[in-house]
Amino acid sequence: MKIIIPVKRVLDPYTQARVNKQTQQVDLSNAKMAMNPFCEIAVEEALTLKESGAATETIAVSIGTDKTVDTLRTALAMGVDRAIFIKTDSELDLQPLHVGKILANIIQREEAQLIIMGKQAVDNDNNQTGQILSGLLNYSLGTFISKFDLSSDANSVEVSREIDSGIETRKLNLPAIVTVDLRLNEPRYASLPNIMKARSKPLETIELSSLGIDTSPRIKVVSVEESGTKDRASKQISSAEELFTELNQMGVL
Amino acid sequence: MSALILIELNGSEVSANSRAALTAALQLSDSVDALVLTNDSANASSAASMSGINTVKTIVDDSLEHANVEVASKLIADVMSDYKFLVSGSSTYSKNILPRVGALLDVQPISDVCEIKSSNTFVRPLYAGNVMATVETSDDTIVMTVRATAFEHAEDGGSAAVEALSPAMPESNSTFISLQESQSERPELTTAERIVSGGRGLGSKDNFAMIEQLADKLDAAVGASRAAVDAGFISNDYQVGQTGKVVAPKLYLAVGISGAIQHLAGMKDSQVIVVINNDPDAPMSRMADIVWQVDLFDALNELNAYQV
Repeated sequence: MKIIIPVKRVLDPYTQARVNKQTQQVDLSNAKMAMNPFCEIAVEEALTLKESGAATETIAVSIGTDKTVDTLRTALAMGVDRAIFIKTDSELDLQPLHVGKILANIIQREEAQLIIMGKQAVDNDNNQTGQILSGLLNYSLGTFISKFDLSSDANSVEVSREIDSGIETRKLNLPAIVTVDLRLNEPRYASLPNIMKARSKPLETIELSSLGIDTSPRIKVVSVEESGTKDRASKQISSAEELFTELNQMGVL
Repeated sequence: MSALILIELNGSEVSANSRAALTAALQLSDSVDALVLTNDSANASSAASMSGINTVKTIVDDSLEHANVEVASKLIADVMSDYKFLVSGSSTYSKNILPRVGALLDVQPISDVCEIKSSNTFVRPLYAGNVMATVETSDDTIVMTVRATAFEHAEDGGSAAVEALSPAMPESNSTFISLQESQSERPELTTAERIVSGGRGLGSKDNFAMIEQLADKLDAAVGASRAAVDAGFISNDYQVGQTGKVVAPKLYLAVGISGAIQHLAGMKDSQVIVVINNDPDAPMSRMADIVWQVDLFDALNELNAYQV
């Protein structure tokens, strides 16, 4: 069984996003970039399946400009077998529907039965791509999973989903797409020897334009502004009595 | 230019986020219908009593008790031929289904809308809410989820007609096995007026009970940081933040939470923020209205013993 793991290069999640007022975009020039944390969890799960013998091959896919190769090399260094790089000429504003169509093309070409991906990217926070992909391919879908068990005949998976009311468990027949939540696993770090080894692993480059997919934007970003957390004028207190008095005066009890 | 809201049920009752979805839909269109996917036709009545809905359409089938996403998305996409807008409140329910509807309709959905500027221009958060983007869609059909904290919750007072649809049920490649529901007598986190939230500083599941005790005293919901959930102090559905629940209560009392940006993203719009922590430099303290710098166990003991 082949597993495809789509991965995304994003602003390092521990870095504050800054807006460039001139371009009305989040300024990513010189910013520290990283693999989306949810994608790391997806990679880890795929590697675990490969190590258990359930998967025959793990393939990471990413879309972007040349720098995106860094993220694919990270996936290879973690242990993925090979990578597919969909190259765009410029920083195209690709939206989840476009990404879904591009990934669907690659998945059909590779005849992959299982797609493991992050539930959301921490830059645009859309939480859409896996769901869209499942609709385009008519694959079964398990979102926000915190537990994953492949059946012994490898024809289905049982997943636990973290939903607002608790934990839902479903059985998905393959082919399936799962989107992973934080508590599925602890992603491994790439060791130095594996980082070296990743340089010689296969990385195929495909020009996005060769796929014949319409990538004209559906959504235009008109403007962006930093909204951050505003500091408040904090009042210091030092007892329960003081706290209850304050809260009563504010009318919030 | 009519709008359809996808109703999320909480038992037999309309969820609070569906009430927010109705308010948002009424800003987009004078003509709003609701769609209820359920296993019990009686569950339409709660939606029909909301003020502002023309018709409640229902599709009743056993498989819809636990929203099978493959089935639900196909049913909704077919109903959408009569509508320009599809609106649902942001939740794991709608986030599971709506993007797949978007794919079936060849539409780019819009997540977590916080403000409606016009019928095609919306404000939504990026980067855990640290950036707000104004976006304009060119799609003919518009599919969106809206933040329940950003729109008023529509009240009862209507009596919409209920219309049962009976489409052929689509095939599905997945089956429901079980739901392990969190049982709580406390107010629901996303709609609570007061929240007492605990972080890693609590140190253990047993200590976390002190948070629950304080919540009960204040008639508050219980929340948690990701660190507290990861450490197993409490289950995932209590997590507040970028990847958990977004809340905006009157009072948010944070105990032993340092305030990662992902957590702040989920509670920064709270009216009054109280921070109990022994670290004066914690990011959480900067956005507090009231700070009690103290050993958190001393504070919890004192608060729980205090005679109101």
